[in-house]
Amino acid sequence: MSGADTLHVRLEQTEPIPLDVTLTCKTGQILVILGPSGSGKTTILRAISGLYTPEAGSVRCHGEQWLDTATAVNLPVQQRNIGMVFQNYALFPHKTALQNIMLPLTRAGKEQQRSVAENLLQAMNMQGLGERYPHQLSGGQQQRVALARALARDPRVLLLDEPFSAVDQQTRRKLVRELVGLRQRFRLPIIHVTHDLNEARRIADRLCVIHHGKTLQSDTPDQVMNHPGNADVASLIGHYNIFRAEVTGHDHDAGSTRIEWQGHTLATRYRPDFEPRTEVDWVIPAASVLLHRRDRPSRGERENPVKGHIDEFIPLGETTSITMATGQGKSIYLSVPTHVARRNTLEQGGDITVSLLADSIHLMKKIRN
Amino acid sequence: MDWQALNVSLLLAALTALILTPIGILVARKLAWSQFPGRNFAQALIALPLILPPTVLGFYLMISLGELSFVGRLYEGIAGESLVFSFEGILLASVIFNIPFAVQPVQRSFEAIPHNIREAAWCSGLSGWQTFWKIELPLAWPGIVSAAILTIAHTLGEFGVVLMVGGNLAGETRTVAIAIYDRVQAFDNAGAATMSAALLMISLLSITLIYFLTDRAAVNVRR
Repeated sequence: MSGADTLHVRLEQTEPIPLDVTLTCKTGQILVILGPSGSGKTTILRAISGLYTPEAGSVRCHGEQWLDTATAVNLPVQQRNIGMVFQNYALFPHKTALQNIMLPLTRAGKEQQRSVAENLLQAMNMQGLGERYPHQLSGGQQQRVALARALARDPRVLLLDEPFSAVDQQTRRKLVRELVGLRQRFRLPIIHVTHDLNEARRIADRLCVIHHGKTLQSDTPDQVMNHPGNADVASLIGHYNIFRAEVTGHDHDAGSTRIEWQGHTLATRYRPDFEPRTEVDWVIPAASVLLHRRDRPSRGERENPVKGHIDEFIPLGETTSITMATGQGKSIYLSVPTHVARRNTLEQGGDITVSLLADSIHLMKKIRN
Repeated sequence: MDWQALNVSLLLAALTALILTPIGILVARKLAWSQFPGRNFAQALIALPLILPPTVLGFYLMISLGELSFVGRLYEGIAGESLVFSFEGILLASVIFNIPFAVQPVQRSFEAIPHNIREAAWCSGLSGWQTFWKIELPLAWPGIVSAAILTIAHTLGEFGVVLMVGGNLAGETRTVAIAIYDRVQAFDNAGAATMSAALLMISLLSITLIYFLTDRAAVNVRR
């Protein structure tokens, strides 16, 4: 682990919140920590900032050791120079927006404080609102003030704890765009905590999936989405179609692997790293489950066909969500445009056939029996 | 109107508030944010003067500050005069009697400050002291002002404790409340009425002032 312009975090703890976390975030990078509520995301941020001391671990930023329980190094939060945006912003209610941003600049003179704070307000598109108190600002504006305050001290790392959770969808989209823009302007490692998968995919340079305080997978968003490390990760990033199967063999020439699932032999992406007769978990995105048209069969239908009947049929505006029961107690989820569902006269209880796209079937090491 | 008594009362009230306000802030802050063994007992002890008859408290203070007590002898050794039946004695009694009024409103104010506001201050680089000065104190201000005014008003109306510890010495321990009692005993109802009216006005004004100040402070702190 090298890189002086990088944040390295290693946290271990059994009580009261279990932690087993390894993170690395480079300057100019946004690392998104994704996990469900109660998975320990906020605790990780608090441990990096120094608001919380874990049982064991180390935090190193730009070559400076902030925490190392082995050598009893533990810098107080004030000396770590972090910028933190809290979930509900935690603005100082008795100070104006401008005063909130000026407060971290204790070392500078009043004039300089004011000019830095005004520049930051401008960078956040908040000109003219500096004299307002937090309760006079909208949620999005409060969020911008909180971000400006976090950046005022020229921090070594920016920590964002679900910063968009309290604003409406429209404001959230705007703030996400602004945050990504900020990364160009303020070169520092940014750690962003969220439970919102879409938000995570949109802003992450690296995505770290955690569950019960443990790092499950840390990679680029594409890699995590398309190659989840195990069934837990797959489930956390929103996959429904997760199943257990046995590898039966490899077709080296065709570049595919075969698995046996519920009496079906399915071709999958080529994975020679799994020996034949190994039990594996596999996942397929709902978007890669293709419905066979009744009126016009096509060639692609020979690819992993699976028959079943519609167990659940839920039109959700432009798309319709379908649960297909395969007869062996397993359900496959797929989603089709509502007009397609209508043209194929799909209805609850009706029989359908789907193709599982071989290239989208991802095999994973089995984690549980 | 017994101006001398009013003078004693006002001086007693001002000094009591002056001594108790910083103590109240420290104790209230500790009680609001720290968990320690005996915290509930400490809170009960602080609230005790609220429910104890003033004569009971006065009696114990008279005994424990008297010439036979350790505190009494120690004080007499240093100051050369007795603590009971002196202004200093009723000041000490008044400080003890007013502890709940000086602590409880401030404690509620500190408890109302969200923990992450203080954390945000630390993350902004503010030391514990700077956070106290720039964030906690301004946010707890309405409670601190309430506590000071309540202490003053309550001291002005104090009777039982002062009488037990201080007696009724003109210019030394005779407060307005005692002077009123004194006047009634002497069948001077007119004199008692004037002073009663004065106390009534002072009390009403103080309470109004508390509501006015807390309301104004709340406007800036509203979330």
